[in-house]
This record gives sequence, structure tokens and C-alpha cells, in this order.
Amino acid sequence: MRWYWIDRFIEFHSGRMARAIKNVSLAEEYLHDHFPGYPVMPNSLVIEGVAQTGGLLVGEYNQFRLKVVLAKVPHAKFYCEAVPGDVLTYTATIEHIHPHGAVVKATSHKGETLQAEMELVFAHLGEEFNDRELFDPGTLTHMMRILRAYEVGKAADGSPLKEPPEESA
Amino acid sequence: MLTQEEIYQKVREVLVDALAVDEEEVKPEATLVGDLGAESIDFLDIVFKLEKTFNIKIPRGELFPEDILTNPEYVKDGKFTEAGLAELRKRMPFAELDQFARNPLVQDFANLLTVRDMCRFVELKLQQQEGQASA
Repeated sequence: MRWYWIDRFIEFHSGRMARAIKNVSLAEEYLHDHFPGYPVMPNSLVIEGVAQTGGLLVGEYNQFRLKVVLAKVPHAKFYCEAVPGDVLTYTATIEHIHPHGAVVKATSHKGETLQAEMELVFAHLGEEFNDRELFDPGTLTHMMRILRAYEVGKAADGSPLKEPPEESA
Repeated sequence: MLTQEEIYQKVREVLVDALAVDEEEVKPEATLVGDLGAESIDFLDIVFKLEKTFNIKIPRGELFPEDILTNPEYVKDGKFTEAGLAELRKRMPFAELDQFARNPLVQDFANLLTVRDMCRFVELKLQQQEGQASA
């Protein structure tokens, strides 16, 4: 089982912007206790979903050859709660990309309403982590496939997004 | 080319944004780690924000030449050697090293950089860039 906090991509523009949706459902166990009788999606899980949207965008830019980790959340502001039945749309835009990581600005919307906005800093792990695996080989491509990124995605030149030839662990 | 005051104001904005500190705290003599509470991961954020703000490129090790720390010629018994200090001066021309050189403990190295040093670093980068553009 993997830790999925988005349901599918609806847009994916390589190296630039990705948009994903998250359906908040009472079938998800965490809502049963958070809080008893008053189910609210924890803000930290919204951040996780946004980070997955942005992290896959940053990882795909280098065809998943670099190990991308969420390093810092410099800002996150929440304007309203996400509750069962809501459909959240996460939009992640690459602000700056660097050999050592990237800065992503992102929003979460409930319909037209801004639910949250945040900034995320991702780091590319250095050579000292070469001997450590974060994921099994192919995991991220598999995740992209399940989230339908290759169905909606566009490469930088506007052509359909293709799966990378190989993915490092 | 930006004036020193313009650079200072922009560096200040970057630090306020990256470290979630008040503008008044970001004084020229404030140290990034000790006074402003920067952690190692914040330097990545600061580097990204400086690059974007000033349209410069900052390769790894330029702001913090960490490789010096693992070189036995430059560091002995937790202290920088004369050769190590000379290398620091060469690699960090933007940093005020005189006071640090009096007791150059490796453990104090991380807390070396001040806001003023960061401004000088940006100024040197911009000068380099201008030099390359006109060469």
C-alpha cells in the first residue's frame, strides 16, 4: 500500500504546473476520529496532498533521476475547513528550480473558494544518499500512471507527456 | 547595478520571508544562525530565494564551502589551521572573518555569516555577473 493523498491529476505541464484533485470521503478512516462527531480533514494532510502534487511535478522534471524530498514548508495559510464530500483541487506551480531542489507555490480550492495556499521547498538529496533507496524502482512512474498523469500530461514542448525510460530508486 | 541599500532591502525581504522573522530583527550585524534562528535547511531556501530575487546562480558550496571542513589540512582538532583560514578567506571573500580567526573553532563556523555578509555575497555575485556579461 502507498500513501496516496491525491486521487488523480487533471493537468500536468512538465516543469511548470500540475493540478490534482482530492475527494474527501467519510469512508477514509482518519476522519472518524478527527474529530469524533465533527469530521475535518487535517491541514497536515492537505499539505501532504499538495506536496505529492508538487513533488511529482519536481521529480518528473528530472525524469525521476533525482531523489526529491519535501524539505520545508515556509508558509501555509488555511482559510476554511475541508470536510467529507468536498472536492479539493490542488494547484502546484514551480517558482524556481535549481540543481539542489525547487520552490513550489501552491493552492487548494473547494470549487471557486480558496481553501489554502502555501509555499513548499523541495530538496534533491545529494550523492551521499546514492546508496539509499527512497522507493522501489518504478514506484513513482507507477504512481504517476495510477494518478493518470500520462493521460492528461504535457511535456515542455506541448506534446503528450511520456513515461521516462527508467526511474532511479 | 543595484545600490548597496537596494541589495540590503531585498536581502532583508528574503530573510524575513525564509526565516519568518520580523524586519526589525534583520540588522546588518545579525548572524543568520544565532540571531535569526536559521537551520541548515533554511540555507537551501535562502539560496533559492536569492537566486530568484537577484537572478543569479549560486552553486553548492559557494556560500558555505563545506568541503573545507572535511579536509585534514584545513581542520585539525576541531579548529581551522592557518591554511584552512587562508582557504576560507579565498573562498569566502564576502565574509567578515577577522573576529572568527582569533579562535577559529569549527563548531562556530556555522554561525559565522551575518546579514552584512549575505549582502556582500550578493554584491560580489552581481559584480561577477556584470563582468562576465561585458567580457
